[in-house]
Amino acid sequence: MSGERETDGPTGTETTGHEWDGIKELDTPLPRWWLWIFYGCIAFAVIYWVLMPAWPGLHGYTPGILHRSTRAQLAENLGALKAQRTLQANQLSNASLETIEKDPALQAYALAAGQSLFGDNCATCHGAGGGGGKGYPNLRDDIWLWGGSLEDIQRTITYGVRADDPKTRFSQMPAFGRDQILPPAQVDDLTEYVVAISHRKANAAAVARAAPLFQANCSVCHGAQGQGNQQFGAPNLTDSDWLYGGDRVSIHDQIWNGRGGVMPAWGHRFDANTIKALTVYIHANAGGK
Amino acid sequence: MDDAPLHTVIDTRRGRSGTADVQKPPVSAAAASRAKAAHVTGLYKPRTPIYPKLVHGRWRMIKWALLAVTLAVYYITPWLRWHRPDGLPQQAVLVDFAGRRFYFAFIQLWPQEIYFVTGLMVIAALALFLVTALFGRLWCGYACPQTVWTDLFIVVERAIEGDRNARMKLDAAPMSWNKLWRKTSKHLVWLAIAMTTGGAWIFYFQDAPTLWRTFWIGQAPTTAYLSVAILTFTTYSLAGMMREQVCTYLCPWPRIQGAMLDEHSLQVTYRKDRGEPRGPHKKAETWTGRGDCIDCNQCVIVCPMGIDIRDGAQIECINCGLCVDACDEVMLKLDRPRGLIAYDTDAAVVAHSEGRKPVYKFVRARTVYYAVTLVLVSGLMIWGLSTRVPVMLDVLRDRNPTFVRLHDGAIRNGFTLKVANLSFRPETYEISLTGLAGAILKAPGVDATQAGLKLTVAPNQVTPLRLLVSARPEILTAPSLPVVFHLRAGKVKADVASVFLSGAANPQ
Repeated sequence: MSGERETDGPTGTETTGHEWDGIKELDTPLPRWWLWIFYGCIAFAVIYWVLMPAWPGLHGYTPGILHRSTRAQLAENLGALKAQRTLQANQLSNASLETIEKDPALQAYALAAGQSLFGDNCATCHGAGGGGGKGYPNLRDDIWLWGGSLEDIQRTITYGVRADDPKTRFSQMPAFGRDQILPPAQVDDLTEYVVAISHRKANAAAVARAAPLFQANCSVCHGAQGQGNQQFGAPNLTDSDWLYGGDRVSIHDQIWNGRGGVMPAWGHRFDANTIKALTVYIHANAGGK
Repeated sequence: MDDAPLHTVIDTRRGRSGTADVQKPPVSAAAASRAKAAHVTGLYKPRTPIYPKLVHGRWRMIKWALLAVTLAVYYITPWLRWHRPDGLPQQAVLVDFAGRRFYFAFIQLWPQEIYFVTGLMVIAALALFLVTALFGRLWCGYACPQTVWTDLFIVVERAIEGDRNARMKLDAAPMSWNKLWRKTSKHLVWLAIAMTTGGAWIFYFQDAPTLWRTFWIGQAPTTAYLSVAILTFTTYSLAGMMREQVCTYLCPWPRIQGAMLDEHSLQVTYRKDRGEPRGPHKKAETWTGRGDCIDCNQCVIVCPMGIDIRDGAQIECINCGLCVDACDEVMLKLDRPRGLIAYDTDAAVVAHSEGRKPVYKFVRARTVYYAVTLVLVSGLMIWGLSTRVPVMLDVLRDRNPTFVRLHDGAIRNGFTLKVANLSFRPETYEISLTGLAGAILKAPGVDATQAGLKLTVAPNQVTPLRLLVSARPEILTAPSLPVVFHLRAGKVKADVASVFLSGAANPQ
């Protein structure tokens, strides 16, 4: 490139001196507004470095003179939120479960808190709406294994079922077939018997054979008529609700294997107010008892 | 390269009347700007500063009056109080975003009732259309905030720097102490006005006396300070710096108005049938064989838009009538009839030039159409507001689980009812259900009932109600059954249809 720069005639702009097949490249200067914004950005960046956390170092980073930290801000916000909730939480801890459910304001708070707690903790097994599934009880109907009163629900949540807690609710359905307590033929007969007491057509001869077997092996927990017992979490066998399925194969399977689910003792994780809110939420959505 | 820059194309749309202004030096700022633009190849059309001269007269008086009225309405409205029950805002006009309510004296609107605001917008638009079709751009000339604040800023400018000639001289003069203090104080007063404008705005959104206190001690919300800052900037730049450019380049209304105006619309009109041929006139000369226009340019130098009205109707003209006053003053001195420039119609000008008596037609297809729709929409609004039911009921059916089967075979659905009490007193509503014979309603903490239940809602509040509805399987004849929730409190009622899912599609 020569020292003297050529100026393009028609535009009055200098050229870069590059030439391809007689076509020269104009060296149009940057627009002034663009340049000033560019300088402004540089100035902004320098100010930003001084004020805000900017440069990484070997041990941490330059904090900036404002000492801004989104982490600290989060902690502050959470603290403020907690303080805001203390008032209602206190009201909750001073009130009995019945009072909470009768007081519209407390009830609304408990329902709202309960709903989010349920979604975070209970929905994994019981379903987002509490509708349950096979092996996981439906919490929206009026059928309860361990009782559906406010106190019963509170106890079940706090100590769990077959959980790692000395006060946990516990019962064990024997695996009559798998553990060879009863021979396979008798398990078949008992299956027919359970089908019969839940108001469906069954083999009359098998039902007759199984009647004494039921009294000897099952009635202790499920009751003489198979109506269930909430003290042992023993389900009612005469209704239309089945935790592990109501068809012959499922009933046979349950007598053979004697399954029982585990519900964690949430008292280890939640404080009393949280459990209260959850209890009111579950009780209210099940229609109360 | 084409030597005509792109923006000159825009100017060719205008039909130039009478004497060609190419030969004479440009008289108006707009014409000067056009002439300048023809020689400059740049991105922007350079602005030629406009120094409107003070004028006295009928239209100027009306403009002063409207300036005072509109500014008073703007500044005073948020300070008007209105009695409402305890706990509710006592401000007559309040847009309460935080509380999600809009208060306008005795009217109180919820966000769900945004259609009333839509109605108000439609009414405003139709009224604007109607007024424009009848009388031209009266809004632009007299009531538009851009016009009002620009006028106010020019008042300040005139008070500090003097009238047109003094201002032109000052701008042309080199920097001096006189120029410095005048310019500085002008901009300071402008900034003060701009800040007051932004300051008044925020009082529409929060309780004015409270905000007035908190604002000065730094305790007002950040948005309040931000709003003041933004509106200070926009007022200062729009009314102080950009002025007529806002109307000419930014505002869509001048472009829309073309569809409203026709040859029977009243507009600021130069009666060219009377004025032409124009030319200077000496005292003793006769008026026969020449026009009344003496080419004194008074109409041009008073124009805040910097145009020459004698070029005919043009997009920049805001119909403020200041040139009418200026011309009338001259006509008075010359002992000629006033109204050479007047609110008149294109049709009248044609009639005059053909020697006919002009006919003014205010009843035209478009004015009738605008008036009828305006009456219809206004009627609809009044009907809507007067028959407004002070309660809202929303019914949300549970979607998971859609239904549950109870131990006795009954089917139960869960619903959440949202009851909004729009009135200013607590209300107790009776809630019942029809469509399901023998259905049982149950809400948390309330005993189950067949008749229905009661719910008390605090004034101006929404209360959700969980409602479990169960029905005997015998009556459930279809997978989904229509039901209606009823809400009653005296004469106030709301009925909302929903469905009850019977589970018949999913037998166990």
